[in-house]
Amino acid sequence: MAGKIKNSDLLNVYFIMQKIRLFEERIVMLYPEQEIKTPVHLCIGQEAIASSVCYYLKKEDIVFSNHRSHGHCIAKGLELQSIMAELYGKDTGCCSGKGGSMHLVSPERGIFATSAIVGGGIPLATGAALSLKLKKTKNIAVVFFGDGAVEQGVFYESLNFAALKKLPILFVCENNFYATNSPLSARQPLDNIYKRGEAFGIKGVRCDGNDAISMIDKASKLIKKIRHGSGPFILECRTYRWKAHVGPDCDFDKGCRPLVELESWMKRCPVKRIENYILKNKIATREKLNIIRSKIEEEIDSAVRFAKNSDFPNSKDLYSNVYYTESSCPGQK
Amino acid sequence: MPWTKVAVDNAVKNLAFPSLDKNKRTLEFRQALREASFQAFKRDPRVFLMGEGVDDPGGVFGSTLNLHKDFPGRVMDTPISENGLTGFCVGAAVCGMRPILVHMRMDFMLLSFDQILNHAAKICYMSSGRVAVPMVIRSIIGRGWGSSAQHSQALHALFLHMPGIKVVMPSSAYDAKGLLLASIADNNPVIFIEHRWLYDIKDYVPAKEYLIPIGKGFIRKAGKDVTIVAVSLMVQEAMKAAEKLKREDIDIEIIDPRSLNPFDEEIVIESVKKTGRLVFADLGWASGGIGEILLGRMHNKLRPYLKSDVQVISLADTPTPSSPVLEKEFYLDSEDIIKAVKRIL
Repeated sequence: MAGKIKNSDLLNVYFIMQKIRLFEERIVMLYPEQEIKTPVHLCIGQEAIASSVCYYLKKEDIVFSNHRSHGHCIAKGLELQSIMAELYGKDTGCCSGKGGSMHLVSPERGIFATSAIVGGGIPLATGAALSLKLKKTKNIAVVFFGDGAVEQGVFYESLNFAALKKLPILFVCENNFYATNSPLSARQPLDNIYKRGEAFGIKGVRCDGNDAISMIDKASKLIKKIRHGSGPFILECRTYRWKAHVGPDCDFDKGCRPLVELESWMKRCPVKRIENYILKNKIATREKLNIIRSKIEEEIDSAVRFAKNSDFPNSKDLYSNVYYTESSCPGQK
Repeated sequence: MPWTKVAVDNAVKNLAFPSLDKNKRTLEFRQALREASFQAFKRDPRVFLMGEGVDDPGGVFGSTLNLHKDFPGRVMDTPISENGLTGFCVGAAVCGMRPILVHMRMDFMLLSFDQILNHAAKICYMSSGRVAVPMVIRSIIGRGWGSSAQHSQALHALFLHMPGIKVVMPSSAYDAKGLLLASIADNNPVIFIEHRWLYDIKDYVPAKEYLIPIGKGFIRKAGKDVTIVAVSLMVQEAMKAAEKLKREDIDIEIIDPRSLNPFDEEIVIESVKKTGRLVFADLGWASGGIGEILLGRMHNKLRPYLKSDVQVISLADTPTPSSPVLEKEFYLDSEDIIKAVKRIL
């Protein structure tokens, strides 16, 4: 399966996945200190998707995420310290304390806005793709959204327009089968998200979102096609979040989801899976993976230190940035 | 930056309104809008325009007429997807374009409030000023011929509740051009509200490009007895009222704020210092209308100078009816302004 995938690519994707996993596990550890005062929507269990897709994106490619955005932003290159400081509400955060966990940005890495309205980022990404086309670039736009977002009208409005204008955009649905606590079966008559573009002539691909190797294979091919002018695709990635919809805890004990379901998905842990593959195929040794892991831990330690030691914004900053006052805009090149 | 080269206009102070001076160049309101768009397209390759039917033979009542022929690919007819379209424009704007979205009727904007309020209005703030949303949403208030409840709403007051967007309402062809260019040049989302009945008015419009600063009101007519703050079409009605009242030796001052957010409080306060009397002439509903909003905001500053109650002319709190008899009862004109003036003199 991974025959055509280079070992270095596998290791790089593994590195990003592990970075996301360890970063979010650290949030789980720190959250009880109550210094992170922002709702966190963790993506533990879903790391393969962001890591594989973003690995094939260039710096100038554009990504729109959603309320569960830490993974996408890390995978697109946003520094851990910038995210962590934002979670701590500090002036050094990527939004200087005005966005919090759900609105991470990094214009220099193509993250121009992150919307926490379900489906809200989908038309934004479509418009971004339109701008790329008007500017005649070879860049593409990617939007990550959950299975709930495909219930919004604006999803279909965006598919229609993206197909009509043949826009360079990849619609990535991270189907974790729940919208907050409502299961997919209670919300949609058919389990066929990848087919939702067919009426517009948009091809869809379904894949195991917990299998990084399959994700790498599918994402790299689709991104290449889109970059060469194919128009939009839908990539439905089936996955599962291990934590509650929001917050650092699990929710099965509250009766939100059955424990057996969680356990069965934990057995399919995406990080373990790629790790086992790497070890089994002797792509890297356990020692090397341990070194990677401790490097990431060090980076996270330093991000936490940075965040904790940073200053809060000035309370008078409340009033600034309601309007843009500079004469030129970021991203306006 | 292409827009910094366009001089901010101050000449407007000397403008007669409406000017039909034969020696001066005049344009209709619709032509002024088209000319502004044309010049913006010429000046800035990042500008594009989209909306339902913008390239059809009507060209949005003439305001986008044949623009698609001048700028192929940059003037786009669209699907009927208002919320999506607004999001497309926000997405393009954050990536460095300067989109203009056009709604033939303001009523259709209601479908796009998520993208306007949750996205366009918030992205600059949420990013602490790292990302700007330079876009214009043009929309037209309809009126008459039984347009009724869903093709005639004047919803400008709704947008005054939303920090992060600007609200502009031109009342002359001169302002239509200068304010539209200023709105396109602005690095924030601007709701640009036109009235269908203004499309035929004609006044002085210079051929060159000019920007009218957003947030600066303008004294349409100086007077000493009563201050009228009128918006959009009501400026025209106030001008008619002024003519009639002049015969009775009543001299009203007409202030056109030109934009409601930001709102030029100073020009109103200065006027009321002189007249001591104030009438708001709105074209929206009474409840939560600009009378309530602006008077609530400025009351403390105005109170020392007021010699009488403030009057608010606004629509009855009913949906717009269709029958001409009901329409006549519903809409307001110069006579209503005259009555309000006489109530407080």
